[in-house]
Amino acid sequence: MKVLFASVLLGAALSLSVAAQSEDPQVAHGRQVFERQCAPCHGRGPGDDRSPMLPGTAALAEKYDGARPAALEDRSDLSAPVITLFVRRGSGAMPFFRASELSDADIAAIAAYLQTSSAD
Amino acid sequence: MSILPPDMDESAFAAFLNDLRGAVGEDWVWSSDTDMFPYRDAFSPVWNTPEEIQASSAVAPADVAQVQEVVRIAKRHRVPLHPISTGKNFGYGGASPNVQGSAVLDLKRMDRVIEVNEERNYCLVEPGVSYFDLYRHIQERGLKVMIDCPDPGWGSPVGNALDRGVGYTMPQFRDHFGAHCGMEVVLPDGELMRTGMGAMPGADSWQEYPYGFGPDPSGLFAQGNFGVVTKMGFRLMPQPEYYRTGLVRVPRRRDLIKLVHHVNYLSDSGMVSEVRFASPLSALLGDPDFAALATKLGGPSDAEMDAAASAAGLHSWAIDLQFLGPEAATAAQWEYARDRILSDIPGAEALDGDHFALPATEAQLENDTQPYPTAIRRKGALGIPSLGIWEIVRDDGHVGFFPVLPRDGEAVFEMQRVLGDASREYPLPPYFSAVTAPLFWHSNTFQMVFAPSIRRDDPEHNAMVHRAMKHMVAVAAEHGWGDYRAAPIYQDDVAATYSFNGGALRKFLEAMKDAVDPDGIIAPGRGGVWPARFRP
Repeated sequence: MKVLFASVLLGAALSLSVAAQSEDPQVAHGRQVFERQCAPCHGRGPGDDRSPMLPGTAALAEKYDGARPAALEDRSDLSAPVITLFVRRGSGAMPFFRASELSDADIAAIAAYLQTSSAD
Repeated sequence: MSILPPDMDESAFAAFLNDLRGAVGEDWVWSSDTDMFPYRDAFSPVWNTPEEIQASSAVAPADVAQVQEVVRIAKRHRVPLHPISTGKNFGYGGASPNVQGSAVLDLKRMDRVIEVNEERNYCLVEPGVSYFDLYRHIQERGLKVMIDCPDPGWGSPVGNALDRGVGYTMPQFRDHFGAHCGMEVVLPDGELMRTGMGAMPGADSWQEYPYGFGPDPSGLFAQGNFGVVTKMGFRLMPQPEYYRTGLVRVPRRRDLIKLVHHVNYLSDSGMVSEVRFASPLSALLGDPDFAALATKLGGPSDAEMDAAASAAGLHSWAIDLQFLGPEAATAAQWEYARDRILSDIPGAEALDGDHFALPATEAQLENDTQPYPTAIRRKGALGIPSLGIWEIVRDDGHVGFFPVLPRDGEAVFEMQRVLGDASREYPLPPYFSAVTAPLFWHSNTFQMVFAPSIRRDDPEHNAMVHRAMKHMVAVAAEHGWGDYRAAPIYQDDVAATYSFNGGALRKFLEAMKDAVDPDGIIAPGRGGVWPARFRP
């Protein structure tokens, strides 16, 4: 049983490793940028101190009222130009992001990542 | 329509930008309207009005040598530079400067965590490092130190400390400027200087002894304009073993007087982390009759407030206490605090809170095991950066006025009454009422909060907020209550209230500014300090 369990674990580790190796470099970069720059407000998880959603996700849930997913990683309709508009010009309480902190290439990578995350 | 630096025409501006590109590369200089939009103050109450101050350009150097070169170029062209760290100083001006047409010196690319020392409990970081970055650096390496962070984690330890920001842990760490130890600064002539032991070649105690020998100029760089800070050290708390909370409630309005004395004792003796004051009576503000009483002109009487509390079966005041340290020590400190207060204030009661070993589990971080409602934000209390606080941002952002007041219950009552009366003429939520509790952010003083929202598409609302901000600063100053931090559009108003002996402090600072920065290159006007070139 122990051997079988270890084999399953090994198999899982190998498949994860293969997945990581086969991930498009732009998608991998987009994932990291999203996790660091976007997910703290727009992630799928709960907010702080019993809030059901993170602030950006909660704001989009209120805005779309179920017509679109509230979490950005569940959206497949966010192209780089659309993300650029919101990142550079802000929206409501979301302030603007400068090119020094989020480059155009970073934004393109986020768009590429969201295409894959929404398909998961 | 492009914005030009002061006293400069298009061709001179182009030459300036060309020199900057030569110093940092084509990709790291910006001046188009599109690129400069994100350098505007997203939380500005003077958005799209003649009072809004906008930068002409931005430059992002990669290292200290490039910062030095940018400063020399700015001096040669006489263009004011406005340094920013991560540019997230929302509510206090964001990335926007004090002088129209300034070039923003954007230090975001300088994002190295140079050292975290878990044996001697300090870190040394560059300005572009965020609290998220520093926390991640520590976690990835399993280092046994805890940071103290403000609410939004995207800010910079350097930038936050230089604007005298605060966090939520022990007193010696949550005053972020007070917890700094050692700076490296590019001076207005491009020279590089280090403070404290950093000034001694070969010293290994830069982050352990802040003073070195002789005058310590580090205070000049906080809310100041005497140089560009390129490295900064901070003291860190060793990762505590255990976290514990407890609640104490007192029945009568005037019990606050004694309660504050006890908190002062506990805090100044190093026994408690940040203490959250609250009034359980705040829950009644939805009742129009109670709201009218709590915001009554001249303030309600103690008897009226006690009667309301008694009728509702609520206590007048409560404090959330937090303890960090070894498990037995936190238990002893809570027991001591509880006994000390309950033996002195008749009718006081205590509730045991949460307690667990650190680091906290995910469930503990979600803060759903606290046995009573609490104002404590769990992640902030444990030095974990987050953006969860953004849920409180209303409309398109807010401005902030946080008057400093003595740690004294009578002073709390007076500020409630005076600023409550002063703010009645504005159609805003009641920031000051008879149930407004003091904030114990800075380690040795109280503050209160006035933070009305702004709306970028509602100039009338913004104009009202702008008037209210200036009015509140002025009224508070009449009572000796000064703001601790302000957006560029309010820095002159606030600086003018620190006017002892004909404004001797401002005159002294401006005399130094003229001597150190005769061309007025570094952030002219910041902190209300103007070089001769721009002085009215």
